[in-house]
Amino acid sequence: MNKLELISTLKQKTGLTKAEAADVVQTFFDSLTQALVQGDRVEIRGLCSFFIKDYESYTGRNPKTGEKVTIPPKKLPFFKCGKELKERVDF
Amino acid sequence: MALTKTEITEKIQKKLDISRTTSYNIMEDFLEIIKGSLEKGEDVMISGFGKFCVNEKKSRKGRNPATSQEMNLPARRVVTFKCSGKLRNLINN
Repeated sequence: MNKLELISTLKQKTGLTKAEAADVVQTFFDSLTQALVQGDRVEIRGLCSFFIKDYESYTGRNPKTGEKVTIPPKKLPFFKCGKELKERVDF
Repeated sequence: MALTKTEITEKIQKKLDISRTTSYNIMEDFLEIIKGSLEKGEDVMISGFGKFCVNEKKSRKGRNPATSQEMNLPARRVVTFKCSGKLRNLINN
């Protein structure tokens, strides 16, 4: 399912217009993005939580050429699956 | 402070000029669509944000670290998240 399918499913389920449904989806993911960019935690009960993890610089290797490369420090969002979602997705 | 459902519900309420209850219900419907899709084993891909993937893990042997007793961990299905390049760049700027 992609963003467009999500919007049209939400439209059918709620009776919102397509533009309104698109607003809801966009507002949701924009809020998450904004929080993560600021380095804030995100916690959506039943779905998931995110926090920013700092990764230090390390020396890696290009697997094709065997060449050594220095990987600069980086930040990545760390995803943790919510309890309800975890139980529903599992067999 | 962590971002929670409450704040997002308020934003949607203002944006669509609707009641708080309606906004809350829309939010729950929205989350249910995502959870329902993942439950069926279907990935959810949000361009510019990332992809929620459903991954199948095979059954494997594990050990209880406290008792060092061997046990069989059954096959399971988990959700993973792959961050989009766009989000990654925003976070690292």
